[in-house]
Amino acid sequence: MKYLGIDPQKVRVGVFDFTGCEGCELQLANKEDSLLDFLSLLEVVNFREVSSDRGDDYDVALIEGNISRADEIDRLKDIRAKAKVLVAIGSCACFGGVNQQKNRFELDDVVKEVYGDHKVETDKVKRIADVVKVDLEIPGCPVSKEEVERIVVNVVLGAEIKIPKYPVCVECKQKVNTCVVDLGQICLGPVTRAGCDAVCPSGKVGCLGCRGPAEDANFESLKQILMDKGHSDSAIVERLRFYGAFNGTVG
Amino acid sequence: MIHKVITKNEFKKFVDGLIEENQTFGPKQVDKRADGSGIYQFKEVNSYDDMDLDYTVTYSSVKNFFLPFREELSSFDFSDKGWDQTVEYRVNPRVIIGVRPCDINALNILDKILIGGAYPSPYYMARRTNTFLVGMDHEPLDDCFCESLGHDTVHRGFNLFCTDIGDKYYLTISSSKAFGFLKNVKVADPVNGDSVKFHERRKYLRDSFKTKVEVAGLPSVLDIEFKSPVWKKWGDKCLNCGTCAMVCPTCYCYGIEETIDVNLKSSRKERVQYSCNLVDFAEVAGGHNFRPLKEDRLKYRFYHHYRGFAQNADDPICVGCNRCGRACLARINPKDVISDLQMED
Repeated sequence: MKYLGIDPQKVRVGVFDFTGCEGCELQLANKEDSLLDFLSLLEVVNFREVSSDRGDDYDVALIEGNISRADEIDRLKDIRAKAKVLVAIGSCACFGGVNQQKNRFELDDVVKEVYGDHKVETDKVKRIADVVKVDLEIPGCPVSKEEVERIVVNVVLGAEIKIPKYPVCVECKQKVNTCVVDLGQICLGPVTRAGCDAVCPSGKVGCLGCRGPAEDANFESLKQILMDKGHSDSAIVERLRFYGAFNGTVG
Repeated sequence: MIHKVITKNEFKKFVDGLIEENQTFGPKQVDKRADGSGIYQFKEVNSYDDMDLDYTVTYSSVKNFFLPFREELSSFDFSDKGWDQTVEYRVNPRVIIGVRPCDINALNILDKILIGGAYPSPYYMARRTNTFLVGMDHEPLDDCFCESLGHDTVHRGFNLFCTDIGDKYYLTISSSKAFGFLKNVKVADPVNGDSVKFHERRKYLRDSFKTKVEVAGLPSVLDIEFKSPVWKKWGDKCLNCGTCAMVCPTCYCYGIEETIDVNLKSSRKERVQYSCNLVDFAEVAGGHNFRPLKEDRLKYRFYHHYRGFAQNADDPICVGCNRCGRACLARINPKDVISDLQMED
């Protein structure tokens, strides 16, 4: 594929999954109408969901999932050593995701609740950035394929990578949605980074904050607003803890 | 301007005729708040009965019909050698029914900036000239303050304006298009009684405003209070979410985005509606942010609205609809911020 008569440099990528549902990897293989164009910008060296190749000579490693076992730490460090650029994709990789919720309980209790007496090796959940240096985070549960496409195009062409800094409300109001807070719900849209096209509030579901905090987000003000509307402190905190993206704000 | 009267039954026929021949938008109830009050938006309608013409006010303004939140300015094709640019601002004729006086005045302000300004926008102009506007008066809500800004009545910028005088509408016709359309239905010249009712209705509406905002001398108040602690008080509440600017009928600030398609054969340049409350509104190349503080961003939005830009001759661009105040979860509203400033020593 040429761009303005020049052959762009393809990105040699490896995609690796850790603890997570693999939904973000599936997203990379979704959006079939532009999938061939997307894949032609990449040289897939290692990506279990789309290829049987198992190469080690990737430049960019995309990491999905979080770290919850000792062997995952070794594997991740090995990938970091081989990759020039390491990208955390999805809320699990960026923030710990849904499964970091277990970090607030005793591990033995968690294992017993899910597996009974069966022995399972599992640790407290770590974000990718807790273990190795991360060069770029692409948040979302799952990641937005449109956003990944934009980022890959910009990497290939050497353009600046931009992820919105403002909150979801902007996109929600641009869709002329009804504000779900007015409908009596808790919504983290005012403090969550945009880029999802307000998909949850568009479906009348308050934002769960999967894309993490917007820049300079005003948590105090949102908490006050929600409490004034009669929501309990515990319900607000529970929502903020859902993806682990706001753990700095809720203790 | 020509004045006529039309019975409400005949008006219904007139509107159904418009809807049959044109893409038409009108107020519709889309939801109910927790307290039971209706939430209205302008939506595409298929018949007169589809609309809720007794609506109070729409949550969002009609601005986005003229300044879409995302609008393609040009597209580029470089699949062959070299490249081609396509610029398209063709808009199919359409009708919007039930627009309030403050919203029409807001469009008149946008006209001044986007048609009368130094850089007229052909995109805006195409949408504005191809939209047939039917205005309609309404009883003000408790928090409407358009009367303080002189925007409770409107004299131009619409095709047809309807004032409710009981079983009839008193029509103000300000375009030959509207005059032509009305030939298909029964309208009559106003008799004396109609005009009396018209004046009474106007007076009644004007007297119904409960919220007043003192705007005379506001530019100098704002200049004097540039360093007032009032800005921090409200800035601390501000979510920086841009909701105010999105629902506002006049906020027109925008950014430009250029996107290369994933096939590397085409690209687009788009205008996207932005807000001066957003964290990176004043961020420049290299990463420096001229307005890193919430209170500064909030302050400058008020400055643009009430202190004015040379572009709009220092007139306020606020029309007093209080959509921002109603939509703001943090309850930041022009009346309270302005009265705080005026109390400031």
